[in-house]
Amino acid sequence: MADVITYREAVAEGIAREMRRDPSVVCLGEDIGEAGGVFKTTAGLFKEFGRERVWDTPISEQAIVGAAMGAAMTGMRPVAEIMFSDFLACCWDYLANEIPKVRYMTGGQVTVPLVVRTANGGGLGFGAQHSQATENWALTVPGLKIAAPSTPADVIGMMAAAIRSDDPVVFFEHKGLLASKGVPPPPDHVVELGHAAVVREGADVTLVALASMVPVALKAAERLAEEDIGVEVVDLRSLVPLDMATVLASLGRTSRLVTVEENPYQGGWGATLVSVVADEGFALLDAPVRRVAAECVPLPFADVLEEQVIPTVDKVVAAVRSLAAY
Amino acid sequence: MDTAELLALYEQMALIRRTEKAAHDLFLQGLVKGTTHLAAGHEAIAVGASAALLPDDYVFATYRGHHHAMARGATPEECLAELMSRATGLCKAKGGSMHLTKAATNMLGSYAIVGAHLPMAVGAAWSARLRGTGQLAVAFFGDGATNIGSFHEALNLAAVWKLPVLFVCENNLYMEYTRIADVTAVPRPAADRAPAYGIPGEVVDGNDVVAVQEAVARLARRARAGDGPAVLEAETYRHFGHSRADPATYRPAEEVERWLKHDPLDIAHGRLIEAGVPEETVTAADERAQTVVRQAIEAAKSAPPPDPREAFTDVWADGGAAWRT
Repeated sequence: MADVITYREAVAEGIAREMRRDPSVVCLGEDIGEAGGVFKTTAGLFKEFGRERVWDTPISEQAIVGAAMGAAMTGMRPVAEIMFSDFLACCWDYLANEIPKVRYMTGGQVTVPLVVRTANGGGLGFGAQHSQATENWALTVPGLKIAAPSTPADVIGMMAAAIRSDDPVVFFEHKGLLASKGVPPPPDHVVELGHAAVVREGADVTLVALASMVPVALKAAERLAEEDIGVEVVDLRSLVPLDMATVLASLGRTSRLVTVEENPYQGGWGATLVSVVADEGFALLDAPVRRVAAECVPLPFADVLEEQVIPTVDKVVAAVRSLAAY
Repeated sequence: MDTAELLALYEQMALIRRTEKAAHDLFLQGLVKGTTHLAAGHEAIAVGASAALLPDDYVFATYRGHHHAMARGATPEECLAELMSRATGLCKAKGGSMHLTKAATNMLGSYAIVGAHLPMAVGAAWSARLRGTGQLAVAFFGDGATNIGSFHEALNLAAVWKLPVLFVCENNLYMEYTRIADVTAVPRPAADRAPAYGIPGEVVDGNDVVAVQEAVARLARRARAGDGPAVLEAETYRHFGHSRADPATYRPAEEVERWLKHDPLDIAHGRLIEAGVPEETVTAADERAQTVVRQAIEAAKSAPPPDPREAFTDVWADGGAAWRT
């Protein structure tokens, strides 16, 4: 294997590793076969595993996720692709009403081990209907696990955990990270869901970020280091399970908290995280908490407009600076 | 079909009819909460179709699914206990009337979002093909589901992938409170759409258990042979309204009368007598069904309520509900 791997290649590599290991893993989605996916995140799978393991579907999001559910209930481990996360709305019934409820409402009789992968977030200029960060949608639904990796190694390790999970997982691959590079992880690398990573240590402020916001947080931390503000960056990696233990432990060291999220402020995951901190970690805090999130507008097209809406390094630096001085 | 088999199907229908009557009465006594969507009148479809299936075939049903659950192995006691919120209920009292499920017999659920389960049945058939098991998947649904997007997505995908799945529509003329004919562009809401997906669409008398059994057996053979999915539209009628809240006064009296005379139990009864089965034999089957249901009511009534801690189990495969560390 090469010395570096892109996030995009890591998606296909993560799936391929599981398909080699477990014959019950099958893929379905639009353009995922010979075409290799619109983002080339399934490149090579069709060639290696053939049409009995990698299935092109019509543009039928309900059928894709509904069929994946039926297959998962009957002995397979399907990995379904919904091309853009905005399109999750087209099959929202399955994500909100069917997949997450069936185990509970059948009294534990039925298991649904499936993964719904989707390309999430802005940064590529696709306009309002192909650019949203929608991980907060899934967060409102009890019964879904939510993965959103920020590095190629995590993509592979978390894909392994997601596919091996007996529970349904929505796997958010960030479009803005697809070209980013990292060291490929060793064989059988698994990153269990629900384990956040402290990706930079610092004594003054805890910055909690997810997916595309992790590199933004790291850049902000670098800049703040020049001002002698020590920023600890926590990559949450998954929203369900939510690793509050790591967040609270970090706050024990820094006593100041900023969350950075690409989904809108209104109903964003940062609000949930902050509410738990207020409830259980209030004594750890020496300052108010700050949330840097997207504005509550549809994502605009032009870069100059998008920058107004999505968190940027500048916005994060300003938030942390104000808190450090509190 | 020989008379012994027909008598068994008659008894199964009688058992379902008695259980539905019990659900109705228990609701009026305040022992069943929420709502129920009774399937009295639809019994021949569930029983006839199940008689044509193999034990490990997959079945998916709607919120009007008591008859499917029982036809696929759920006992009246399990069902009534579920409706009465008892710990011994089919789904541990977490599902209720609209979600009867018996996974142990591959009755994989009753789904209360109209049309949602059709793609699931496609997925189960896809899985059966991938695993090479020869199993069939059947989705039972109402006429109202034929105007939902997932119906069309499911038919198309099943046809394109040539999967062993049967779509069985219980056309009882009304989707909830409105005549299906008033809101649908074709006269046969399910069967007329099938040719658009290149698959057979047949119509059958859904109140004749023998006709249903024969039609499903024929389409199942075809699907198992690799010839792909089919749609069967079974014409039937509900004896009650859409749900407990609905007295069904929108239905013309003469229509109701005509259909009540075309009762699936009466039709099977007539066939038995015609085949030379003594009236006492049929009566005995009725009485056995009555006894089973009477005992089921008593057993369900005396069963305990669920442990309150059960509210926090079964969200995840580890049995728990924890969403954070």
